[in-house]
Amino acid sequence: MPRPEVQAPPEIFYNEVEARKYTTSSRIIEIQARISERALELLALPDDGVPKMLLDIGCGSGLSGETLTEHGHHWIGCDISKSMLDVALERETEGDLLLADMGEGLGLRPGVIDGAISISAVQWLCNADKSSHEPRLRLKAFFGSLYRCLARGARAVLQFYADNVKQSEMLVSFAMRAGFAGGVVIDWPHSSKAKKSYLVLTCGAPSVNTSLPKGKGQDGEACSDDDDDDDSDDDQTVGTYGRDRMKKRQKVNKNNRGKDWLLRKKEQMRKRGRDVPADTKYTGRKRKSRF
Amino acid sequence: MRLLTHNFLASNMKGVSTGYPLGLEVVKSTIKEVELNADFLRGILPKLDWRALAAATSAAGYPDLLPAEQPSEAEFFAEGAAEFEDSPIRRLHRALLEIHIDEGTLVCPESGRTFPIQKGVPNMILHEDEVRA
Ligand SMILES: C[S@@+](CC[C@H](N)C(=O)[O-])C[C@H]1O[C@@H](n2cnc3c(N)ncnc32)[C@H](O)[C@@H]1O
Repeated sequence: MPRPEVQAPPEIFYNEVEARKYTTSSRIIEIQARISERALELLALPDDGVPKMLLDIGCGSGLSGETLTEHGHHWIGCDISKSMLDVALERETEGDLLLADMGEGLGLRPGVIDGAISISAVQWLCNADKSSHEPRLRLKAFFGSLYRCLARGARAVLQFYADNVKQSEMLVSFAMRAGFAGGVVIDWPHSSKAKKSYLVLTCGAPSVNTSLPKGKGQDGEACSDDDDDDDSDDDQTVGTYGRDRMKKRQKVNKNNRGKDWLLRKKEQMRKRGRDVPADTKYTGRKRKSRF
Repeated sequence: MRLLTHNFLASNMKGVSTGYPLGLEVVKSTIKEVELNADFLRGILPKLDWRALAAATSAAGYPDLLPAEQPSEAEFFAEGAAEFEDSPIRRLHRALLEIHIDEGTLVCPESGRTFPIQKGVPNMILHEDEVRA
């Protein structure tokens, strides 16, 4: 079965029938609860027993929010599917609900939210579901507004399903551009079923600890044949892009072809037996224009 | 929707600069009692827009619940205050967490655009031409 994201826009896909099916499947309930627990753990809220004001982005029928409630927190949930929210109302979820499209930006005052989670939702932003949709603009609006509404030092943990590495990198790069520090934590990277990716983001305050937590099941026995992440120097996480590293990453030309791309291309050419200049520190550098 | 949520909401339409507080017109509201947590309220207090909260409380049908001016921290968190029915912290708790707006309208303070609240859920979805580019 293809992923929901490629079948129809979310507000169409999650219609009454689908919303009910989704929320009555014990398998889905269990998976979403497990992911939400993990997201809450990665959110690393202060361990002071004081309830926090959290955000659940793409809250759907409230499965993910339920985990927040169980831990005693207050939350505001937003979702673009009215049918999903209707099911949430039926289930009498504790959170306050908003019918809203995250791609239009979150309409919240600056600095008021203590932490945000999003479970299995932000990958929708990579699609253009309407002719007026420009994924880049929507990603920019979303991450910009998320950054603004979070209190300084607060975190956002967004679990997502990316179709490919490009989508995942796109999410990371827009998050960094909005000012976040962080990257992607991958749990169970060697299992096609259990593998889960979390974008773990910290807002502002460079003094706060922004090092990425370790993914689960990283030291897995099985050799990873699907792990083709060639430029990862850190086995724990993929894409530990701090702000500095992102700045370097952004040094790419208009066609999005930076040094990494060039190096990969050269390697490909070498494999095909072409004669390619050796890689040096000058490779892919911008040349001064000469007159 | 609770008034705490209303206090944190803003309109983010194209052309709007701050977009809060959102005007609130109430057709139906209810009260659902929940346990008071003084530590939570202490954390929320500095983030509140008091005038907006007082106005929203009146709009919801409780004009006498909150004073126009915000009480001091000492008044809120005086020893044993949470035990008294009428204490500032009890009133704050009621205003923020126990009043629910079921039916009504939110109004963008700058553009006048209205957002309907149905079954407690505000519809904040914008038209294409209202989205910031
Ligand atoms: C797989 S469901 C997850 C729901 C919930 N977080 C959970 O864990 O059960 C994905 C949700 O994302 C919502 N969604 C997709 N695109 C959205 C958007 N642009 N704005 C808000 N919600 C969106 C969908 O409507 C759907 O309810």
